[in-house]
Amino acid sequence: MERVKDINSITYCYSCKTCVSSCPVSYINPKFNPFGIVKRLAFWGSERLLKDPVIWLCTGCYICQERCPQGIKLVEIFTELKNRAYEKGYFPNSIKDQRDIILNKGRIYPLDDFDNKKRKKMGLPELPTEIDITKRLFSLE
Amino acid sequence: MERYLLFLGCTIPARARNYEISTRKVAERLGIEFVDTEEFICCGFPLRDSDRFKAYLIGAYNLSVANNRGLNICTLCSSCTSFLSEVQYDLLNDPELRERINIELSKIGLKFESPTEIRHFVRILNEDSYIRRIKENIKEGLDSISVSIHYGCHYLRPSHIFGKLEDLESPNTIHRILSCIDCKVLDYEGEKDCCGGPILPVDEKTALGLSGNKLMNIEHAGADAMVVVCPFCAVMFDGNQKAIRQEYGLKRDIPVLFLPQLIGLSFGFLPKELGFNLNVIKAKELLSRLSK
Repeated sequence: MERVKDINSITYCYSCKTCVSSCPVSYINPKFNPFGIVKRLAFWGSERLLKDPVIWLCTGCYICQERCPQGIKLVEIFTELKNRAYEKGYFPNSIKDQRDIILNKGRIYPLDDFDNKKRKKMGLPELPTEIDITKRLFSLE
Repeated sequence: MERYLLFLGCTIPARARNYEISTRKVAERLGIEFVDTEEFICCGFPLRDSDRFKAYLIGAYNLSVANNRGLNICTLCSSCTSFLSEVQYDLLNDPELRERINIELSKIGLKFESPTEIRHFVRILNEDSYIRRIKENIKEGLDSISVSIHYGCHYLRPSHIFGKLEDLESPNTIHRILSCIDCKVLDYEGEKDCCGGPILPVDEKTALGLSGNKLMNIEHAGADAMVVVCPFCAVMFDGNQKAIRQEYGLKRDIPVLFLPQLIGLSFGFLPKELGFNLNVIKAKELLSRLSK
């Protein structure tokens, strides 16, 4: 599961910055810079980066990864960084909220009777309001 | 008649019932049968950033449900499409991961056994036989309106998992369907950019900046509406458009329509049958032009 091979591939980066010019997040918020993250990772390793909230700004759109002439899997690397940061306790609260709701309810937007009433009125099938499969999968009960 | 297990994901049943109902109407007309199951849950994508293994376990659970049913999956959400495909790709290529996942699944009596086809509804529509059927079913061409397309990210990428479905730098599958129903398409700057959805919970300002930028470019291109094929892209562009409008100075409303809503109109369904009442930004002006 650990994307070590992907992380090691950053040594192939020759600083063309195609990732930055392609990144829609960098365009709106220059604090996020995919090339900058790759360079910091190459020079200093991941430890410092894990504490930097900027790593959570990658949307995972894959534009940089598809266009990288060196085939560096940037999204895989950023995802691995986020996983490691989460494990160490560095993460935005909203990420934990999102995680808790899925693990406990099986859906990001749990459905209630009112939703089902609206679905029924439109002729759409009703869906379960209680899901216990995630609790069973993760032995939470 | 082709049968698919319909994978709705989280967003559609709660927040994009207009996408669901228009898809069901169009599918029925074209002879695509959906089988519903109460067993599907979240695809796992929103967990990937915090814990890839747990996310994969949820994805693999859904795939094992499809295995048991012996049916292929039709998805409507682009992120569900790419994430389920990613899980399956890695399970097939990494025996050690497959074993670890199957040990967990076995605790609830399930197993990931064989690959399932996972196809976005719009990819199914792009088969020549359905393109032909779309053309046969048209009652009213939509030549009086023009739209701009947001393909979104996970309908197209990542290519190492999807294979090369189409030219990533100039995709044309949604263009192809719109041309069948005589709907004019206007290009705009930043067409391939992301909607910003995945970072909405992390940094709302940046996320809305991404969608705002796209809406402004579409306004500039002069399109009557924007077309999407993913429920979360619609949350960004339609659900959040009022907030974006204030912050970024959009001059007019831009209706955000799901592709099956437009196909449905060309088939002669009424706007209400296609859930137009649930679009946040109302498409009244556009609809009145079509009914003339």
